[in-house]
Amino acid sequence: MTGFLTLLYKELLRFWKVGFQTVFAPMVSTLLYLLIFSHVLEEHVQAYPGVAYTVFLVPGLVMMAMLQNAFANSSSSLIQSKITGNLIFILLSPLSYREIFFAYVTASVVRGLAVGLGVYLVTLVFFDVPLSSFLWVLMFALMGSALLGAIGVIAGIWAEKFDQLAAFQNFVILPLTFLSGVFYTIPSLPPFWQGLSHLNPFFYMIDGFRYGFFHASDISPYFSLGIVAACFVAVSWLTLQMLKRGYKIRH
Amino acid sequence: MTPALEVEQMHKRYGALRVLAGIDLKIEPGEFFALLGPNGAGKTTLINIMAGLTRATSGRARVMGYDVVSHYREARRMLGVVPQELVFDPFFTVRETLVIQSGYYGLKNNGAWIEEIIHHLDLSDKADTNMRALSGGMKRRVLVAQALVHKPPVIVLDEPTAGVDVELRQGLWRFIKQLNREGHTIVLTTHYLEEAEALCSRVAMMKQGNVVALDSVRNLISSVSGCSVRLRLSPDTLPPALQSLMSSREEGCYILTLAEYSQIEQVMAALRKAALQVLEMQVLQPDLEEVFIRIMGTHKIRQPGTLPI
Repeated sequence: MTGFLTLLYKELLRFWKVGFQTVFAPMVSTLLYLLIFSHVLEEHVQAYPGVAYTVFLVPGLVMMAMLQNAFANSSSSLIQSKITGNLIFILLSPLSYREIFFAYVTASVVRGLAVGLGVYLVTLVFFDVPLSSFLWVLMFALMGSALLGAIGVIAGIWAEKFDQLAAFQNFVILPLTFLSGVFYTIPSLPPFWQGLSHLNPFFYMIDGFRYGFFHASDISPYFSLGIVAACFVAVSWLTLQMLKRGYKIRH
Repeated sequence: MTPALEVEQMHKRYGALRVLAGIDLKIEPGEFFALLGPNGAGKTTLINIMAGLTRATSGRARVMGYDVVSHYREARRMLGVVPQELVFDPFFTVRETLVIQSGYYGLKNNGAWIEEIIHHLDLSDKADTNMRALSGGMKRRVLVAQALVHKPPVIVLDEPTAGVDVELRQGLWRFIKQLNREGHTIVLTTHYLEEAEALCSRVAMMKQGNVVALDSVRNLISSVSGCSVRLRLSPDTLPPALQSLMSSREEGCYILTLAEYSQIEQVMAALRKAALQVLEMQVLQPDLEEVFIRIMGTHKIRQPGTLPI
């Protein structure tokens, strides 16, 4: 147990020591999205009746920030440790592959929540965002961050160079987040894109998270939570297999 | 008694490249043991398999009786490894690094021992300095400290003195010798054979993934009979009768290898006959380096699948 807690503490300390870059910077960029998109699209998009576009945008952006930062935390920590070679200190220790997995994922969740909460609190100063069900919000925040933290572990283990990790981020994570309905509702799309969006697990995270705020969503939040949980279980299983076999880390 | 380290029929291949070709090795508790061999002989691979960093193709390895695969948690608690590469985590200070490393082994309240290691390795002044700001020698000391946080009964040092200044080298060996006296088993690899000769009780020499010699330092040295003679002559020519004995020439001297001491008489007679003047003469006793060169030179390994050097 202390082995797990130590690795978790080390991972938290790692991002906290560079908090300006890992927490504050993503908060600023998310708020910039909010500023620009709300200004440009306010008059053109009506997402939910009676909900201003800017207010509609807030939960999506908060979730996007959480997902991106949860992914960034585990993936960048692992690739840095691999490239500088200090992953050896963990590999030499008696830490089990399960402890390693859960420590990295938990640290990712904490960073995701820290950034998400930061963005949410700042937006509250300017906009009146309702909070219909805290429990739904928390469930999706935890599940979404955990899923992206686990995907980050896979990416960090798989990538051998920084540019491979950047490719993973730019060609997988970024399109999935941008096309998940952060900036629009899915029913506003042409049928083909609607269908495609339903194949995107990120859509269910955003939609369910938003339900917690507005009590309105494109899909039942129970169904969305089921999809997200199933994805988390599948990705975690794959990640645990990779760690158990020492894929790309124990040669 | 359970051996400190035990390796049975250890094979490791990377594709067609055979790195370890069936190693058998047993190191008893309390030994001060050296693994010697040229670069690429497989020393680090063998260490990495014992540490769980590398997976063997076949064969078994045990640390204090614990299998490194099936009982990896126990085995890793028994083992402290100082890696060859100078690695560090740039986010933390020396003390943070050591506290975190202790935690990985499940140790809380390890402060007293950490302070002792810091003191012994002369890191007190740098304990709260970030790892990035340390010199290479200091980083090496931290690596040694990290390997010792959990007081492992078996300590493996992979070329700990490569690129390290004399002062640190002496300090390091003093500390390691003390740990050995206290009962820790020490295994080291080094390219400085005089270090191995001075410190170690037993030596294994590796070449191309095989152990080609395994014995006490004393036995290995006494296995080399005869001596070498170093001669500076005037005029600077070696009589034809002695040409067959010459092994090398350095700095204007001839080095002759003699099978036994009595051959010195023949050498002197030949020199007298050729009317050569001896400007300088030195009889060199065989040392571990001599043994190493002879074993590495003469031991031809012919096995299918072994790549030529």
